Amino acid sequence: MTVRTRGPLTRDDMARRVADDIREGAYVNLGIGLPTKVSDYLPSDREIILHTENGMLGMGPAAVGDEIDPDLLNAGKIPVTELPGASYFHHADSFGMMRGGHLDICVLGAFQVSTSGDLANWHTGGEDAIPAVGGAMDLAIGAKQVFVIMELFTKEGACKLVDECSYPLTGIGCVDTVYTDYAVFDITPRGVVAREIFGELGLDELAELTGLALSAD
Amino acid sequence: MISKIVESAATAVRDIPDGATVMIGGFGTAGQPVELIDALLEHGVGDLTIVNNNAGNGTTGLAALLGAGRVRKIICSFPRQVDSQIFDGLYRAGQLELELVPQGTLAERIRAGGAGIAAFFTPTAFGTTLADGKETRRINGRDYVLEEALTADFALIKAHEGDRLGNLVYRKTARNFGPLMASAAHTAIAQVNRIVEVGALDPEAVVTPGIFVERLVEVGGRLPLATEGQ
Repeated sequence: MTVRTRGPLTRDDMARRVADDIREGAYVNLGIGLPTKVSDYLPSDREIILHTENGMLGMGPAAVGDEIDPDLLNAGKIPVTELPGASYFHHADSFGMMRGGHLDICVLGAFQVSTSGDLANWHTGGEDAIPAVGGAMDLAIGAKQVFVIMELFTKEGACKLVDECSYPLTGIGCVDTVYTDYAVFDITPRGVVAREIFGELGLDELAELTGLALSAD
Repeated sequence: MISKIVESAATAVRDIPDGATVMIGGFGTAGQPVELIDALLEHGVGDLTIVNNNAGNGTTGLAALLGAGRVRKIICSFPRQVDSQIFDGLYRAGQLELELVPQGTLAERIRAGGAGIAAFFTPTAFGTTLADGKETRRINGRDYVLEEALTADFALIKAHEGDRLGNLVYRKTARNFGPLMASAAHTAIAQVNRIVEVGALDPEAVVTPGIFVERLVEVGGRLPLATEGQ
Protein backbone atom coordinates (compact mmCIF):
# COMPACT_ATOMS: atom_id res chain seq x y z
CA MET A 1 0.00 0.00 0.00
CA THR A 2 1.30 3.44 -0.86
CA VAL A 3 1.20 5.72 2.14
CA ARG A 4 0.14 9.21 1.29
CA THR A 5 1.77 11.23 4.04
CA ARG A 6 0.35 14.67 3.35
CA GLY A 7 -3.36 15.35 3.63
CA PRO A 8 -5.62 17.76 1.79
CA LEU A 9 -4.78 20.81 3.91
CA THR A 10 -1.61 22.86 3.53
CA ARG A 11 0.11 24.23 6.63
CA ASP A 12 -1.49 27.60 5.95
CA ASP A 13 -4.90 25.95 5.66
CA MET A 14 -4.32 24.23 8.98
CA ALA A 15 -3.36 27.51 10.63
CA ARG A 16 -6.47 29.16 9.17
CA ARG A 17 -8.64 26.34 10.49
CA VAL A 18 -7.24 26.76 14.03
CA ALA A 19 -7.74 30.51 13.82
CA ASP A 20 -11.42 29.97 12.95
CA ASP A 21 -11.90 28.25 16.33
CA ILE A 22 -10.42 31.09 18.38
CA ARG A 23 -13.30 33.07 19.74
CA GLU A 24 -13.82 36.75 20.37
CA GLY A 25 -12.21 37.92 23.59
CA ALA A 26 -9.85 34.97 24.00
CA TYR A 27 -6.43 35.23 25.64
CA VAL A 28 -4.20 32.99 23.54
CA ASN A 29 -0.63 31.71 23.55
CA LEU A 30 0.76 30.52 20.23
CA GLY A 31 3.73 28.19 20.49
CA ILE A 32 6.89 28.44 18.42
CA GLY A 33 6.86 27.16 14.82
CA LEU A 34 3.67 26.25 12.99
CA PRO A 35 1.42 27.57 15.82
CA THR A 36 2.86 31.06 15.26
CA LYS A 37 1.38 31.00 11.77
CA VAL A 38 -2.10 30.98 13.32
CA SER A 39 -1.65 34.69 14.09
CA ASP A 40 -1.65 35.44 10.35
CA TYR A 41 -5.24 34.18 10.09
CA LEU A 42 -6.93 35.50 13.23
CA PRO A 43 -10.21 37.05 12.08
CA SER A 44 -9.88 40.84 12.12
CA ASP A 45 -13.40 41.30 13.46
CA ARG A 46 -12.55 39.50 16.71
CA GLU A 47 -10.60 41.06 19.55
CA ILE A 48 -8.07 38.39 20.54
CA ILE A 49 -5.19 39.06 22.93
CA LEU A 50 -1.92 37.24 22.38
CA HIS A 51 0.29 36.23 25.30
CA THR A 52 3.99 35.58 24.95
CA GLU A 53 5.42 33.69 27.91
CA ASN A 54 8.56 35.79 28.13
CA GLY A 55 6.36 38.49 29.61
CA MET A 56 3.74 40.28 27.53
CA LEU A 57 0.04 40.44 26.75
CA GLY A 58 -1.11 42.33 23.68
CA MET A 59 1.65 41.19 21.38
CA GLY A 60 1.45 42.57 17.85
CA PRO A 61 2.91 41.31 14.55
CA ALA A 62 6.61 40.73 13.93
CA ALA A 63 8.63 43.96 13.92
CA VAL A 64 10.15 45.19 10.68
CA GLY A 65 12.70 47.92 9.93
CA ASP A 66 12.65 50.73 12.47
CA GLU A 67 10.18 48.87 14.66
CA ILE A 68 12.83 46.36 15.71
CA ASP A 69 13.67 46.80 19.39
CA PRO A 70 16.08 44.38 21.11
CA ASP A 71 14.05 44.73 24.31
CA LEU A 72 10.84 43.52 22.63
CA LEU A 73 10.96 39.86 21.66
CA ASN A 74 8.54 36.97 21.53
CA ALA A 75 9.14 33.52 23.02
CA GLY A 76 10.92 32.49 19.83
CA LYS A 77 13.28 35.46 20.40
CA ILE A 78 11.91 37.16 17.27
CA PRO A 79 11.45 40.97 17.47
CA VAL A 80 7.75 41.80 17.69
CA THR A 81 5.55 44.85 18.24
CA GLU A 82 3.13 45.89 20.96
CA LEU A 83 -0.53 46.70 20.44
CA PRO A 84 -2.49 49.39 22.31
CA GLY A 85 -3.48 47.94 25.69
CA ALA A 86 -0.38 45.77 25.93
CA SER A 87 1.21 44.98 29.29
CA TYR A 88 4.59 43.66 30.43
CA PHE A 89 5.31 41.45 33.44
CA HIS A 90 8.07 39.27 34.82
CA HIS A 91 8.44 35.54 34.20
CA ALA A 92 6.79 34.36 37.42
CA ASP A 93 3.66 36.39 36.68
CA SER A 94 3.71 35.24 33.07
CA PHE A 95 3.89 31.56 33.94
CA GLY A 96 1.47 32.09 36.82
CA MET A 97 -0.99 33.37 34.24
CA MET A 98 -0.51 30.15 32.35
CA ARG A 99 -0.25 27.62 35.18
CA GLY A 100 -3.08 29.33 37.03
CA GLY A 101 -5.50 28.63 34.20
CA HIS A 102 -6.06 32.23 33.15
CA LEU A 103 -5.23 31.76 29.47
CA ASP A 104 -8.10 30.51 27.34
CA ILE A 105 -6.23 28.73 24.59
CA CYS A 106 -2.73 27.52 23.96
CA VAL A 107 -1.76 26.27 20.48
CA LEU A 108 1.21 23.90 20.33
CA GLY A 109 3.06 21.74 17.87
CA ALA A 110 3.70 18.07 18.64
CA PHE A 111 5.75 15.00 17.81
CA GLN A 112 2.92 12.81 19.05
CA VAL A 113 -0.46 13.10 20.77
CA SER A 114 -2.10 10.08 22.37
CA THR A 115 -5.77 9.19 22.14
CA SER A 116 -6.07 10.08 25.83
CA GLY A 117 -4.58 13.53 25.22
CA ASP A 118 -1.00 12.95 26.34
CA LEU A 119 1.39 15.31 24.57
CA ALA A 120 4.97 14.65 23.45
CA ASN A 121 6.61 17.70 21.95
CA TRP A 122 9.84 18.50 23.78
CA HIS A 123 12.33 15.70 23.29
CA THR A 124 12.87 12.91 20.82
CA GLY A 125 14.45 10.79 23.53
CA GLY A 126 17.51 10.18 21.35
CA GLU A 127 20.65 9.14 23.23
CA ASP A 128 22.71 12.17 22.26
CA ALA A 129 19.89 14.63 21.87
CA ILE A 130 20.55 17.56 24.20
CA PRO A 131 17.39 18.08 26.23
CA ALA A 132 15.74 21.52 26.18
CA VAL A 133 12.26 22.03 27.57
CA GLY A 134 11.69 25.78 27.78
CA GLY A 135 8.05 26.57 28.48
CA ALA A 136 6.64 23.45 26.80
CA MET A 137 5.55 21.66 29.98
CA ASP A 138 4.03 24.79 31.48
CA LEU A 139 2.13 25.54 28.27
CA ALA A 140 0.85 21.98 28.03
CA ILE A 141 -0.90 21.96 31.39
CA GLY A 142 -1.87 25.58 31.93
CA ALA A 143 -4.41 26.89 29.47
CA LYS A 144 -8.14 26.16 29.68
CA GLN A 145 -7.94 24.56 26.25
CA VAL A 146 -4.88 23.09 24.54
CA PHE A 147 -4.96 22.84 20.75
CA VAL A 148 -2.32 20.93 18.86
CA ILE A 149 -1.58 21.75 15.22
CA MET A 150 0.45 19.12 13.40
CA GLU A 151 0.60 17.04 10.26
CA LEU A 152 -1.12 13.72 10.95
CA PHE A 153 1.78 11.64 9.61
CA THR A 154 5.55 11.91 9.76
CA LYS A 155 7.42 12.12 6.47
CA GLU A 156 8.03 8.37 6.88
CA GLY A 157 4.30 7.74 7.11
CA ALA A 158 3.98 7.07 10.85
CA CYS A 159 0.79 8.37 12.42
CA LYS A 160 1.44 11.01 15.08
CA LEU A 161 -1.91 10.49 16.77
CA VAL A 162 -1.25 7.28 18.67
CA ASP A 163 -2.68 5.04 21.34
CA GLU A 164 0.39 5.63 23.48
CA CYS A 165 3.23 8.12 22.95
CA SER A 166 6.66 6.57 22.39
CA TYR A 167 8.46 9.89 22.81
CA PRO A 168 9.03 11.39 26.28
CA LEU A 169 5.90 13.12 27.54
CA THR A 170 5.42 16.84 27.93
CA GLY A 171 2.11 16.54 29.77
CA ILE A 172 -0.51 13.94 30.60
CA GLY A 173 -4.09 14.10 29.33
CA CYS A 174 -3.72 17.76 28.47
CA VAL A 175 -4.69 18.03 24.78
CA ASP A 176 -8.27 18.92 23.87
CA THR A 177 -8.23 19.16 20.09
CA VAL A 178 -5.80 18.16 17.34
CA TYR A 179 -5.86 20.08 14.05
CA THR A 180 -4.23 18.12 11.25
CA ASP A 181 -4.01 18.15 7.47
CA TYR A 182 -6.60 15.35 7.31
CA ALA A 183 -9.10 16.15 10.03
CA VAL A 184 -9.89 17.94 13.28
CA PHE A 185 -9.92 15.49 16.18
CA ASP A 186 -11.43 16.13 19.59
CA ILE A 187 -9.97 14.10 22.46
CA THR A 188 -12.99 13.17 24.57
CA PRO A 189 -13.69 10.85 27.51
CA ARG A 190 -15.36 8.50 25.03
CA GLY A 191 -12.38 8.48 22.69
CA VAL A 192 -11.23 10.36 19.64
CA VAL A 193 -13.94 12.13 17.69
CA ALA A 194 -13.21 13.17 14.10
CA ARG A 195 -15.17 16.39 14.25
CA GLU A 196 -14.34 17.45 10.72
CA ILE A 197 -12.68 15.50 7.92
CA PHE A 198 -11.08 17.32 4.99
CA GLY A 199 -11.06 16.00 1.43
CA GLU A 200 -12.59 12.79 0.25
CA LEU A 201 -11.78 10.23 2.91
CA GLY A 202 -14.60 8.79 4.96
CA LEU A 203 -14.47 8.05 8.67
CA ASP A 204 -13.73 4.34 8.11
CA GLU A 205 -10.91 5.08 5.68
CA LEU A 206 -9.39 7.57 8.10
CA ALA A 207 -9.65 5.02 10.92
CA GLU A 208 -7.88 2.47 8.74
CA LEU A 209 -5.19 4.93 7.68
CA THR A 210 -4.46 5.93 11.27
CA GLY A 211 -5.05 2.56 12.87
CA LEU A 212 -7.20 4.25 15.50
CA ALA A 213 -10.71 3.77 16.79
CA LEU A 214 -12.48 6.93 15.66
CA SER A 215 -16.03 8.09 15.95
CA ALA A 216 -17.85 10.87 14.16
CA ASP A 217 -19.20 13.96 15.83
CA MET B 1 23.22 58.74 52.62
CA ILE B 2 22.51 55.48 50.94
CA SER B 3 24.17 54.96 47.61
CA LYS B 4 24.31 51.61 45.90
CA ILE B 5 25.96 53.04 42.82
CA VAL B 6 29.35 51.58 41.89
CA GLU B 7 31.58 53.14 39.28
CA SER B 8 32.16 50.21 36.99
CA ALA B 9 31.02 46.72 36.10
CA ALA B 10 34.44 45.43 37.15
CA THR B 11 34.03 46.92 40.63
CA ALA B 12 30.52 45.54 40.88
CA VAL B 13 31.62 41.92 40.42
CA ARG B 14 35.07 41.93 42.03
CA ASP B 15 34.10 40.05 45.20
CA ILE B 16 32.38 37.17 43.41
CA PRO B 17 34.39 34.15 44.59
CA ASP B 18 35.22 30.80 43.06
CA GLY B 19 32.36 28.37 43.49
CA ALA B 20 29.66 31.04 43.71
CA THR B 21 26.12 30.53 42.49
CA VAL B 22 25.26 33.36 40.12
CA MET B 23 21.86 34.07 38.60
CA ILE B 24 22.04 35.88 35.25
CA GLY B 25 18.95 37.60 33.83
CA GLY B 26 17.86 37.80 30.24
CA PHE B 27 15.79 36.02 27.65
CA GLY B 28 17.58 36.18 24.35
CA THR B 29 19.17 39.59 23.98
CA ALA B 30 16.40 41.19 26.02
CA GLY B 31 17.54 41.88 29.56
CA GLN B 32 20.92 40.23 29.17
CA PRO B 33 23.44 42.05 31.41
CA VAL B 34 26.21 41.91 28.83
CA GLU B 35 28.66 44.26 30.54
CA LEU B 36 28.36 42.49 33.89
CA ILE B 37 28.90 39.08 32.28
CA ASP B 38 31.97 40.41 30.48
CA ALA B 39 33.25 41.80 33.78
CA LEU B 40 32.71 38.43 35.47
CA LEU B 41 34.68 36.75 32.69
CA GLU B 42 37.46 39.30 33.08
CA HIS B 43 37.39 38.85 36.88
CA GLY B 44 38.58 35.31 36.28
CA VAL B 45 36.80 33.19 38.89
CA GLY B 46 35.68 29.66 38.15
CA ASP B 47 33.74 26.65 39.43
CA LEU B 48 30.58 28.73 39.12
CA THR B 49 26.99 27.53 39.17
CA ILE B 50 24.97 29.64 36.75
CA VAL B 51 21.20 30.07 36.70
CA ASN B 52 19.86 31.43 33.40
CA ASN B 53 17.02 30.61 31.03
CA ASN B 54 19.48 29.47 28.37
CA ALA B 55 23.06 28.28 28.19
CA GLY B 56 24.66 30.91 26.03
CA ASN B 57 24.45 31.94 22.40
CA GLY B 58 27.24 32.35 19.90
CA THR B 59 30.65 32.99 21.43
CA THR B 60 30.05 36.02 23.64
CA GLY B 61 28.46 36.67 27.04
CA LEU B 62 27.45 33.54 28.91
CA ALA B 63 28.78 31.36 26.07
CA ALA B 64 32.23 32.93 26.54
CA LEU B 65 32.06 32.24 30.28
CA LEU B 66 31.27 28.60 29.53
CA GLY B 67 33.94 28.44 26.85
CA ALA B 68 36.58 29.72 29.27
CA GLY B 69 35.83 26.78 31.56
CA ARG B 70 34.52 28.93 34.41
CA VAL B 71 31.23 27.13 34.91
CA ARG B 72 30.78 23.82 36.73
CA LYS B 73 27.00 23.60 36.55
CA ILE B 74 24.17 25.34 34.76
CA ILE B 75 20.54 25.42 35.85
CA CYS B 76 18.36 26.42 32.90
CA SER B 77 15.28 25.58 30.84
CA PHE B 78 16.45 25.75 27.24
CA PRO B 79 20.14 25.07 26.61
CA ARG B 80 19.94 23.75 23.06
CA GLN B 81 19.66 26.44 20.42
CA VAL B 82 20.93 26.92 16.91
CA ASP B 83 23.95 28.82 18.19
CA SER B 84 24.60 27.05 21.51
CA GLN B 85 27.64 25.22 20.16
CA ILE B 86 29.86 26.01 23.16
CA PHE B 87 27.37 24.55 25.64
CA ASP B 88 26.69 21.59 23.34
CA GLY B 89 30.37 20.68 23.14
CA LEU B 90 30.99 20.92 26.90
CA TYR B 91 27.82 18.99 27.71
CA ARG B 92 28.61 16.18 25.30
CA ALA B 93 32.15 16.01 26.68
CA GLY B 94 30.76 15.66 30.20
CA GLN B 95 32.49 18.84 31.34
CA LEU B 96 29.38 20.70 32.42
CA GLU B 97 26.60 19.60 34.72
CA LEU B 98 23.09 20.46 33.54
CA GLU B 99 19.98 20.78 35.68
CA LEU B 100 17.08 21.15 33.26
CA VAL B 101 14.01 22.89 34.67
CA PRO B 102 10.75 23.83 32.92
CA GLN B 103 10.77 27.57 32.32
CA GLY B 104 7.81 28.42 34.54
CA THR B 105 9.13 26.18 37.30
CA LEU B 106 12.51 27.90 37.03
CA ALA B 107 10.85 31.30 37.41
CA GLU B 108 8.73 30.14 40.35
CA ARG B 109 11.68 28.48 42.11
CA ILE B 110 13.54 31.79 41.91
CA ARG B 111 10.48 33.73 43.06
CA ALA B 112 10.08 31.34 45.98
CA GLY B 113 13.75 31.73 46.85
CA GLY B 114 13.31 35.47 47.15
CA ALA B 115 10.06 35.17 49.06
CA GLY B 116 11.14 32.78 51.80
CA ILE B 117 9.17 29.82 50.48
CA ALA B 118 11.20 26.61 50.80
CA ALA B 119 9.35 24.56 48.20
CA PHE B 120 6.02 24.36 46.39
CA PHE B 121 3.81 21.87 44.60
CA THR B 122 3.32 22.54 40.88
CA PRO B 123 1.36 20.58 38.26
CA THR B 124 4.00 21.28 35.61
CA ALA B 125 6.04 18.23 34.55
CA PHE B 126 3.96 15.73 36.52
CA GLY B 127 4.29 12.34 34.84
CA THR B 128 7.32 13.39 32.79
CA THR B 129 10.99 12.47 33.08
CA LEU B 130 11.71 15.91 34.59
CA ALA B 131 9.74 14.84 37.66
CA ASP B 132 11.71 11.61 38.11
CA GLY B 133 12.78 11.13 41.70
CA LYS B 134 10.77 14.09 42.97
CA GLU B 135 8.10 13.93 45.62
CA THR B 136 4.57 14.11 44.23
CA ARG B 137 1.23 14.63 45.88
CA ARG B 138 -2.41 14.55 44.84
CA ILE B 139 -4.21 17.61 46.14
CA ASN B 140 -7.93 18.04 45.51
CA GLY B 141 -7.80 15.46 42.75
CA ARG B 142 -4.88 16.91 40.84
CA ASP B 143 -1.29 15.68 40.77
CA TYR B 144 1.62 17.93 41.68
CA VAL B 145 5.42 17.79 41.83
CA LEU B 146 7.40 19.23 44.74
CA GLU B 147 9.95 21.77 43.58
CA GLU B 148 12.46 23.49 45.83
CA ALA B 149 13.29 27.19 45.89
CA LEU B 150 16.42 28.55 44.26
CA THR B 151 18.62 31.20 45.79
CA ALA B 152 22.00 32.53 44.75
CA ASP B 153 25.03 34.31 46.12
CA PHE B 154 24.86 36.92 43.36
CA ALA B 155 22.48 38.02 40.63
CA LEU B 156 23.52 39.93 37.54
CA ILE B 157 20.54 41.66 35.95
CA LYS B 158 19.79 44.43 33.49
CA ALA B 159 17.23 47.15 34.06
CA HIS B 160 16.40 50.32 32.19
CA GLU B 161 16.63 53.01 34.84
CA GLY B 162 17.55 52.97 38.49
CA ASP B 163 18.24 55.40 41.32
CA ARG B 164 20.89 55.35 44.05
CA LEU B 165 18.45 53.54 46.37
CA GLY B 166 18.32 50.65 43.90
CA ASN B 167 14.78 51.20 42.68
CA LEU B 168 14.49 49.81 39.15
CA VAL B 169 12.27 50.01 36.11
CA TYR B 170 12.67 47.81 33.07
CA ARG B 171 11.91 48.04 29.36
CA LYS B 172 9.38 45.77 27.64
CA THR B 173 10.22 42.05 27.57
CA ALA B 174 13.69 42.78 28.99
CA ARG B 175 12.06 42.56 32.43
CA ASN B 176 11.80 38.73 32.26
CA PHE B 177 13.81 37.22 35.15
CA GLY B 178 15.25 40.49 36.52
CA PRO B 179 12.85 41.22 39.38
CA LEU B 180 12.84 37.58 40.49
CA MET B 181 16.60 37.16 40.51
CA ALA B 182 17.09 40.47 42.32
CA SER B 183 14.98 39.14 45.18
CA ALA B 184 16.55 35.66 45.28
CA ALA B 185 20.21 36.64 45.42
CA HIS B 186 22.18 37.62 48.51
CA THR B 187 23.87 40.33 46.44
CA ALA B 188 21.90 41.61 43.46
CA ILE B 189 23.86 43.67 40.95
CA ALA B 190 21.91 45.62 38.35
CA GLN B 191 23.33 47.27 35.29
CA VAL B 192 21.11 50.08 34.07
CA ASN B 193 21.00 52.16 30.93
CA ARG B 194 20.67 55.28 33.05
CA ILE B 195 20.88 56.30 36.68
CA VAL B 196 18.30 58.93 37.61
CA GLU B 197 17.85 61.16 40.67
CA VAL B 198 15.94 59.85 43.65
CA GLY B 199 12.34 60.92 43.13
CA ALA B 200 12.53 60.79 39.35
CA LEU B 201 11.00 57.32 39.18
CA ASP B 202 7.24 57.25 39.66
CA PRO B 203 6.74 55.23 42.89
CA GLU B 204 3.63 53.67 41.34
CA ALA B 205 5.75 52.38 38.46
CA VAL B 206 8.82 51.07 40.30
CA VAL B 207 9.04 47.36 39.43
CA THR B 208 11.92 46.28 41.69
CA PRO B 209 11.97 48.18 44.99
CA GLY B 210 15.48 49.14 46.06
CA ILE B 211 15.48 46.76 49.04
CA PHE B 212 16.17 43.91 46.61
CA VAL B 213 19.17 45.58 44.97
CA GLU B 214 22.64 45.87 46.52
CA ARG B 215 24.61 47.49 43.69
CA LEU B 216 23.90 49.27 40.46
CA VAL B 217 26.11 50.45 37.70
CA GLU B 218 25.31 52.65 34.73
CA VAL B 219 26.65 51.15 31.55
CA GLY B 220 25.41 53.77 29.11
CA GLY B 221 23.54 51.24 27.05
CA ARG B 222 21.13 52.13 24.35
CA LEU B 223 19.01 55.04 25.50
CA PRO B 224 15.25 54.83 25.33
CA LEU B 225 13.39 55.70 22.17
CA ALA B 226 12.13 59.26 22.07
CA THR B 227 8.55 58.16 22.56
CA GLU B 228 9.26 56.12 25.67
CA GLY B 229 7.96 57.15 29.05
CA GLN B 230 9.60 55.55 32.01
